[in-house]
Amino acid sequence: MSTTASSTITPQTETPVSLVLRRFWAKPIARISTFIIVIYVLLAGGTSLLSLIGNQWPCDPNQTDLAQKLLSPSSHHLLGTDNLGRDVFSRMLHGATISLTVGLIAVSVSLGIGLVVGAISGYFGGLIDQILMRCVDALLCFPVFFLILAVVAILGPSLINIVVVIGLVSWTGAARLVRGEFLTLRETEYVKGARVLGQNSWKIIIRHILPNAAAPIIVTAMISIPDAILTESSLSILGFGVQPPQATWGNIIADGKTYLLDAWWLILFPGLAILMATLSFYLAGDALREATESRG
Amino acid sequence: MVNFIIRRLAVTSALLFVISLISFFMVTLTPGSPYPWGELNPKISAEVKANFRKKFHLDQPLPTQYALIMRDLFTGNLRSIKDDRPVISRFIERLPATLALNFSSILISLSFGTLLGVISARHAGSWQDVGGSFTAIFFIALPGFWLSYLVAIVLVKEFSVPILGTQSYGIDFPNALAFGLDRIWHLLVPATILAIGGIAVQSRYLRATMIESLREDYIRTARAKGLPEDVVLYKHALRNSIRPIIAGIGMLLPAMISGSVVIETIFAYPGIGRLSYEAILERDYPTIVAMNFFVAALILTGNLISDLLYAFVDPRVRLE
Repeated sequence: MSTTASSTITPQTETPVSLVLRRFWAKPIARISTFIIVIYVLLAGGTSLLSLIGNQWPCDPNQTDLAQKLLSPSSHHLLGTDNLGRDVFSRMLHGATISLTVGLIAVSVSLGIGLVVGAISGYFGGLIDQILMRCVDALLCFPVFFLILAVVAILGPSLINIVVVIGLVSWTGAARLVRGEFLTLRETEYVKGARVLGQNSWKIIIRHILPNAAAPIIVTAMISIPDAILTESSLSILGFGVQPPQATWGNIIADGKTYLLDAWWLILFPGLAILMATLSFYLAGDALREATESRG
Repeated sequence: MVNFIIRRLAVTSALLFVISLISFFMVTLTPGSPYPWGELNPKISAEVKANFRKKFHLDQPLPTQYALIMRDLFTGNLRSIKDDRPVISRFIERLPATLALNFSSILISLSFGTLLGVISARHAGSWQDVGGSFTAIFFIALPGFWLSYLVAIVLVKEFSVPILGTQSYGIDFPNALAFGLDRIWHLLVPATILAIGGIAVQSRYLRATMIESLREDYIRTARAKGLPEDVVLYKHALRNSIRPIIAGIGMLLPAMISGSVVIETIFAYPGIGRLSYEAILERDYPTIVAMNFFVAALILTGNLISDLLYAFVDPRVRLE
């Protein structure tokens, strides 16, 4: 009985998604970086939730105490205090929320624009493709950071301005990628079939092409998040990031640079936090790319 | 070839026009004023304000302002609102420093990137390759400003070596050699930090093309002839993977100039990046527009040169 049962069991067919995830998870680097990202998300989310209900942990990030200024790391202040006696560890936890928010929202904006432009360009082709791609070329040879800096400086450096501006100028890579995917996919049999059946273009784009272009798009999103985080912290260094007293990793360093030679902890730890975050996202993105590319 | 250059110059001018248009309306349509005093400052008489507006054409409608800025830009009469000096001369006095910085940076990126790429490609799949990949990703993830500060802490605090500006001040150099070395040192530190991202990008591209090249028949022939592996790698394979190296120059330039804003500011290095940053701080409209224009022109020229070099070193490429 057992033999017949086992022979009639249909072999577990693996969906493409679970195959990719299994391949991704098989890499130690992918696991480590996912683990680090999850820790960041938990810490950032946890501190934000706690402060929402009025509970500052480990202490209030904006609580100044001049008697305790520029203390080196100790058991009381894990990562030391800054020039106003604020606890660096608490500030960094709150900075994590900002960095992750910047990454996620900026990437949503840039990916949204990139998807629309790339899809229109790749699917319809012709003159509209030419025009859109020349615009992409123009943006690509523009030192984007100048543009961001100028706009943010003039509009005023609020979180929302920064995030939107970063998103608005960094969609070119995504647009090119999506266009390339669409160019290939629109020639496939199933898309031609759908067209013969008289489905309208938008339905074909959303139902048939987009799911098949999902893998490279998700990978691009993964590696755009750290780009946005780095851009925001560079803006902070120049004084145009999210403004104090709101703590961000970048502005802790920017404030700390005055005390560069006396208070190394104001530079080292926030920078390490940035590096660990960007590295994890890049490594996870790279592992995901490998996992999707070997498919087939 | 000549046709190609003419067409490219036409496209380039069109792009420059668009870029100047974008940067002009970007800075003028957004709130904020370029006045060196508060707009409502009662101590400044209406007459002075009117004169100031008239001098910098701020009393004109925006399209006219744009036309006047572009006219002045091309006739060399465009003046900075801040210090009333011609923008072109402010630009030119900063240009050598920026060119030196970006040129050395690209040189460092290309040489170390090539080395790392060749090592990765040669041992594709092995631990050296994995190490090379990790190094590249690490370099991309590394925040340049953070590295600059760490380097500053170590060099200044531990070794008491000055790194700011283009030269050490308050020192009588015994001879020209010491002076020259001092200048090179002040260039080398920011250039190396600026180059880190470029090394990563360059090594990734080169690895991919090298792996392609190493599968070619002429590589098998070269090995079959009994040539040493280094000759096969560096003479035969690398030569045929030269394209990404050349294309790299055009590709790295915008990123480097963007990065140099931060690096130049940190190292108090008197280049275009810092000038633009200062202009933005001061809302100096003519300078911002002109800087965007010049920088874009610089990048487009870099791209053109890289395309021409491309055809020059690789006879398979035909420019049309």
